[in-house]
Amino acid sequence: MEKQNKFLNALFFVLLCAFAVVFLFPVAIVLINSFKTKFNISTSPFSLPLGETFAGIENYITGIKATGLPTAFFWSLFVTVLSVGAILLFTSMTAWYIVRVKGVFNKIFYYLLLFSMIVPFQMVMFTMSKAANLLRLDNPLGLVVIYLGFGAGLSTFMFVGFIKSIPLSIEEAATIDGCSPLQTFFLVVLPLLKPTAITIAILDTMWIWNDYLLPYLTVGHDYKTIPIAVQYLKGGYGSVDMGAMMAMLMLSIVPVVFFYLFCQKYIIKGVASGAVKG
Amino acid sequence: MQGKILSKYFPVFVLPTLLAFTIVFLIPFIAGVYLSFTSFTTVTDASFVGLQNYKAVFSDSEFGYSFLFTFLFAVVSVITVNLIAFGLALLLTGKIKGTNFFRTVFFMPNLIGGIVLGYIWQLIINGILLRYGYSITSNEGFGFLGLVALMNWQMIGYMMIIYIAGIQNIPTQLLEAAKVDGASYPTLLGKIIIPSVMPSITICLFLTITNSFKLFDQNLALTAGAPAGKTRMLALDIYETFYGRVGYEGIGQAKAVIFFLLVALISLLQLYITSKKEHEA
Repeated sequence: MEKQNKFLNALFFVLLCAFAVVFLFPVAIVLINSFKTKFNISTSPFSLPLGETFAGIENYITGIKATGLPTAFFWSLFVTVLSVGAILLFTSMTAWYIVRVKGVFNKIFYYLLLFSMIVPFQMVMFTMSKAANLLRLDNPLGLVVIYLGFGAGLSTFMFVGFIKSIPLSIEEAATIDGCSPLQTFFLVVLPLLKPTAITIAILDTMWIWNDYLLPYLTVGHDYKTIPIAVQYLKGGYGSVDMGAMMAMLMLSIVPVVFFYLFCQKYIIKGVASGAVKG
Repeated sequence: MQGKILSKYFPVFVLPTLLAFTIVFLIPFIAGVYLSFTSFTTVTDASFVGLQNYKAVFSDSEFGYSFLFTFLFAVVSVITVNLIAFGLALLLTGKIKGTNFFRTVFFMPNLIGGIVLGYIWQLIINGILLRYGYSITSNEGFGFLGLVALMNWQMIGYMMIIYIAGIQNIPTQLLEAAKVDGASYPTLLGKIIIPSVMPSITICLFLTITNSFKLFDQNLALTAGAPAGKTRMLALDIYETFYGRVGYEGIGQAKAVIFFLLVALISLLQLYITSKKEHEA
């Protein structure tokens, strides 16, 4: 029995290793090809860049020149950080207000927020981008307002769920001690929300950083985020420079992988608890 | 008392969220429903046409084709993703070395954006097909398989994490007791593990279904619907009706409403099943 288990475990280990290779293979292929001359990529994608086919960092240089990836990186970072910050701040305040102040209006607003979670983006894509254009939200700061509107549903829902479990007596004690509602919220309630806030931050960062269609339709003409910059390389007419494409794919994967390796614990926890709630 | 003082702070606590939500979601949603009954090109020139757009959608064979293609894709993806993810979760909750490393590797693709994923898989699949003189756009079957492979690569790690959390929640005493009673592994799996992780299974099934139906970025980057729209899924079909043809905006909006109803129906079904299960438990 023991021996059989050991054998089985060894077998499973080999199986998992094989799976790990399959999972890492696509990224490895992109990495390899990003150092190949552009004409050798489509003809022999699985060979190593040796001798004549080795292109050095040429693909990275042409790719960056063609897409303006560093600028795109800046806008992606700008929009993601500010949007996630705005979502966390404003929806946690809204959630607390909705839980603590009873009223028909609050209830209706909360149900509308929940409703927005099941509406696919295509439903409002055309009218929303027209509205964004009309109200001059078609710039990176406007994009933050747009993400606040679209992200409000999930995050308010998650904050409300958590706030309901906070005993009212803590807040009442703060009020008796002379705290105004703003002081009570920022000094007493907000610190308690940290675990939920981390989960929301992780989920929204993954969503906004990788989002393509929303920023493309609203600010895509003037400001490129990373996914727009990558897609831009493909767009237009004529053949795609495969070398530049591979280099740009690699450069857009690297920050994500670093972010993942540093915050892995939070990401995996956040994804698991976010799925259970959402 | 708490509530009464707080209620005066409505402009500070609620107004920013309410404004953003109203501008970017609520008004566009209502306008979207209204516009699906009109003919328009720029929103302001809308003229009421009744159900004409909806009639056009249902007589449009391309939309029906996209629906079938998406449906088939969802069925195949849901089965493959969940079976593999559940299998990996079982392996990674056993006594095997390096579980953290494997979990890290399997989840990693989930963080890569849809557009980038699409181009990665385009390279891989074209690389394989090239040996036989084909490319991913030469046949819709290749595009379909490419989308399924991509979806598996992206979603398996995510679902695996949810299954692992579910399996780890099973009380160890329960499993130990069953082992002492001499239960074989298949019995253990069928009688204890699977029934205990039913909530995770429900979540994963619906997550994969809704994600399959809403797939857009990956579709755009991998095939962009080629050849001749034969790999165009629902979301891409709606997008191209809006932005690819002039004068079809009303029909595009009607398609979007139908798409919304479809996705909402799936979500409500999930809500119903989950709440029913919670009452039983």
